[in-house]
Amino acid sequence: MTYTGNVNRFQNCLNEQVFIVYFSSKSSFLPVKVMQTWSLVSICVLLGVVVRWGVSLNSYSGAGKPPMFGDYEAQRHWQEVTYNLPLQEWYFNTTDNDLNYWGLDYPPLTAYHSWICAYIAKTINPEWVELHRSRGYESPAHKLFMRATVLVADLLIYIPAVVLYCLYLTDGSPKKKVSTLFCFLLYPGLILIDYGHFQYNGVSQGFALWGVLALGLGWDVSGSMAFSLALNYKQMELYHALPFFCYLLGKCVKLGLMGRGLFLLVRIAVTVLVTFALCWLPFLSDLNQALQVVRRIFPVARGLFEDKVANTWCSLNLLIKIRSILPSQSQLYLSFACTLLAVLPSSIRLLTKPTFWQFKLALVNSSLAFFLFSYQVHEKSILLAALPVCLLLNDLPLMVIWFLQASSFSMLPLFLKDGLLVPYVVTSLAFLFFSIYLLSALEHSSEEELRLGAYHKLLFCLPKMDLACIVRWKFYISVAAMAGLSIASVVLVPPPHLPDLFPVLVSTTACLHFLGTFIYFNIVQFSGPPSRKSQKKNN
Amino acid sequence: MAAPVADSRSWFPALALGVSLLKCLFISCYHSTDFEVHRNWLAITHSLPVSRWYYENTSEWTLDYPPLFAWFEFGLSHVAQHFDRNMLLVENLNYASPSTVLFQRLSVVFTDLVFIYAAKECCRCVQEQKSSRDVLNRPSFVLAVLLLWNFGLLIVDHIHFQYNGFLFGFLLLSVAKHLQSQHLQGALLFSVLLNLKHIYLYVAPAYGIYLLRSYCFTQDNKDGSVRWRSFSPLRLLALGSIVTSTCALSFGPFIVMGQLPQVVSRLFPFKRGLCHAYWAPNIWALYNVLDKSLATLGVRLKLLEEAELPKASMTGGLVQEFQHSVLPSVSPSVTLVCTLLSILPAVASIWWRPCGARGFLRCLLLCALGSFMFGWHVHEKAVLIAILPLSILAVESREDAGIFLVLSTTGHYSLFPLLFTPAELPIKVVLMLLFTIYSVTALRKLHRGQGSLLHPLEVVYLLGLIAVAITCEIVFPLSPWQQKLPFLPLLATSVYCSVGVCYSFLRLYISLLRREEKPKQP
Repeated sequence: MTYTGNVNRFQNCLNEQVFIVYFSSKSSFLPVKVMQTWSLVSICVLLGVVVRWGVSLNSYSGAGKPPMFGDYEAQRHWQEVTYNLPLQEWYFNTTDNDLNYWGLDYPPLTAYHSWICAYIAKTINPEWVELHRSRGYESPAHKLFMRATVLVADLLIYIPAVVLYCLYLTDGSPKKKVSTLFCFLLYPGLILIDYGHFQYNGVSQGFALWGVLALGLGWDVSGSMAFSLALNYKQMELYHALPFFCYLLGKCVKLGLMGRGLFLLVRIAVTVLVTFALCWLPFLSDLNQALQVVRRIFPVARGLFEDKVANTWCSLNLLIKIRSILPSQSQLYLSFACTLLAVLPSSIRLLTKPTFWQFKLALVNSSLAFFLFSYQVHEKSILLAALPVCLLLNDLPLMVIWFLQASSFSMLPLFLKDGLLVPYVVTSLAFLFFSIYLLSALEHSSEEELRLGAYHKLLFCLPKMDLACIVRWKFYISVAAMAGLSIASVVLVPPPHLPDLFPVLVSTTACLHFLGTFIYFNIVQFSGPPSRKSQKKNN
Repeated sequence: MAAPVADSRSWFPALALGVSLLKCLFISCYHSTDFEVHRNWLAITHSLPVSRWYYENTSEWTLDYPPLFAWFEFGLSHVAQHFDRNMLLVENLNYASPSTVLFQRLSVVFTDLVFIYAAKECCRCVQEQKSSRDVLNRPSFVLAVLLLWNFGLLIVDHIHFQYNGFLFGFLLLSVAKHLQSQHLQGALLFSVLLNLKHIYLYVAPAYGIYLLRSYCFTQDNKDGSVRWRSFSPLRLLALGSIVTSTCALSFGPFIVMGQLPQVVSRLFPFKRGLCHAYWAPNIWALYNVLDKSLATLGVRLKLLEEAELPKASMTGGLVQEFQHSVLPSVSPSVTLVCTLLSILPAVASIWWRPCGARGFLRCLLLCALGSFMFGWHVHEKAVLIAILPLSILAVESREDAGIFLVLSTTGHYSLFPLLFTPAELPIKVVLMLLFTIYSVTALRKLHRGQGSLLHPLEVVYLLGLIAVAITCEIVFPLSPWQQKLPFLPLLATSVYCSVGVCYSFLRLYISLLRREEKPKQP
């Protein structure tokens, strides 16, 4: 979709609203309709909030597990550090700041966020952020405070972005949009990590989503600013950086690098630079400061992968022990080369065809490529791939639901460690059922709707077969396998010589799913754009 | 009665599954002492012989529900032993291991299946005015949401902890059976319900008179009055045998053991005060406030001596009797007379002018509300007995929808003090908003083109609840009065809500009497 196309779409939406409001004065039927849409939207948001809060009543990572505790303690510790120490010491190892105990390793915006939270914490109860003495502080009131900070951040940044995206950038009737919104908000992975395990992914993902939203509406400059903020909150947002870059560059080239395109390019570049400069301002006075922050943010010394993560390296580890064969330097190069190879096709495609549809797909492909092949990946990083996949909920329901389910499943070992079994089961079941039911995913899975036409061209030698039916059956089998493995991990005791049997099985299964989805979304990106006709039929 | 809509019934399981999953999310929420009450009953019924059930008093939470409920707990305890045997020991007071919590919470979620089935039956009974293409706009859909997602049931059962959903299931199922003209089944279900929890005795007059008038008398005169000749002794016998056999099954063993007086004394503890620790929003809340303010005014004007006034903290949190200072004190017998007087016109009206099953439903509502308004030691949760059946009427007529909005909003808001822990504050606020937003918009859309549902004054009153909520939940705890007058928010809540409940009671009465003038309702 072109620039003007997007703007038109937005204006159509506005016109629709205006139209309805205009007629509302004449008959009593139409305002009810508008009100109904808005009441449905608010009901979805409220349901999203109640599910989030329900999950947050459960345990968090590292609850009552000294000496290191978990991510919850890390966030609390950052509040303690940022509140009590001068900014120059935040990223340095000093007597008051032991970097080996949850040292700050996120970009400055995270630090500022912690600092604001710390001020509020201080006014409620100074013990929560007392230097040194508050280490490992746990109490019901403190947990309530921490959970509330996550909810507030979500309500301010993530949820409005989701609402606006679903209302303005998805096709279909109001009811369809609301259904998409509901499923988007109900995605279990993000809820369980942010409100169960404890992190602030909603903030960085929310900024990225604001970026996508702005780009979709044609506001490229504000979009690049929002995305810069996301990058400055969490460096992992780099997974999404390439598509943003390629989309904006491609668009500038299309507008003509000698005329309006150049102007746009300069404006975007200046915006990005200014945003970065503002975020890093306190650290720019001294080069050493800035370098130290960068060193903290990109710890290359931590190895190819940790724990059991569902990416290629960890799964390959079953067959080839790469970590023992290759020196760590070559591991870094190898993973860099693989990642580059994997993102290249989709990026080039986007560069030559900078439409919003291609942009969404490129976001998926790039973040999946990074997750599957890059260096030092955490299992939680799959959330970065899940966000752009959620953007496609309305377009490719079955595949998206399948992927999202697999992504929450891939974090199962983590949830079990944190004592989040009940919320995992409840939210997964709810998401699976309602997304399939509301988006009628199983009915909308014909070959055309799955956009698998190109697949036939690719494998022309194979006999004709009903791809849609095969996909549906694969979906059933895979859901059954995930359910089976989940039950097995909870109920069965692994044999003594294979203590990690179930985590490995889980991560390998999930990895296979991710590889499959990666290939699928690449095929979709290289096949034609969605035909308007099939879109209309879906509605 | 419209034929049940055949197409796209799949929304009902979706709604039911959604709410059941939401209930499971509340497993680790705060639970009240009722959790321990029911754990104790599990232990009593599991480990003691039947003869000791109503004598056991190791815990202060003695068994005070009728015998069928005890048998229900007995059945549950056989599942419970697979979760955690220790919860079944009578001496294990305040035992709440994770698996005990899981079992008890899940038992509520699963016994709610009765309620879900009842809601489904109720949805089959509502009149579909026109087959709307939009599922969201069908009366049956709206009714299903109003019943299944009822705010009060969610917080009382799944956070506060009780088995009301299971019990209301029987009530609604019996109402649905009456609406479907299957009176014997309805009577059976109601007598089972009475033997599960005797609080439903409040609505028994409506059942008794309705069944006698409209079931035992098979024909009316032309002017609608009763035709005495058409009395059918066979039907009366059938009804009587159903009721007596259920009661015999439930109370029989205790009668045989000669324990009936003990059981009855446990079931009706009149030693408690006029009002619960937290005043239910009824007439007596207003009466207490009037008394308090008169006393204060009297002292100010030097008409009363402060030393002569009886000292009693009315909302100090203790369940005890107390005396009013200016107005005459109220005794249980007075409340009984008031209750009977308040339900008498309603019962009389279905005798003189029966308006079918819907008239019966209206009478049942008035009985429930009347006893809530005037009863002795009423719990705020009892307002649900009126709100849930009123949902059925609300989707069928505009006037009832207006009453429903006032009653459900005030009644539900008055449940807020049940959950006082800060962690549950967002849940109760969000769920309340959810239910209120949905009920307002859905009922408005359902009755569109028939004028507005609420009078502007009613809207102002309901919006005032927001102010009360903000003051009580946020401003007050931060103000210096929190230490001096800790009960003030409770008092404000119950007084403010009692105005709304009284108002809906009067509106319902007016609607019943008006209907009497023109009994021909479709």
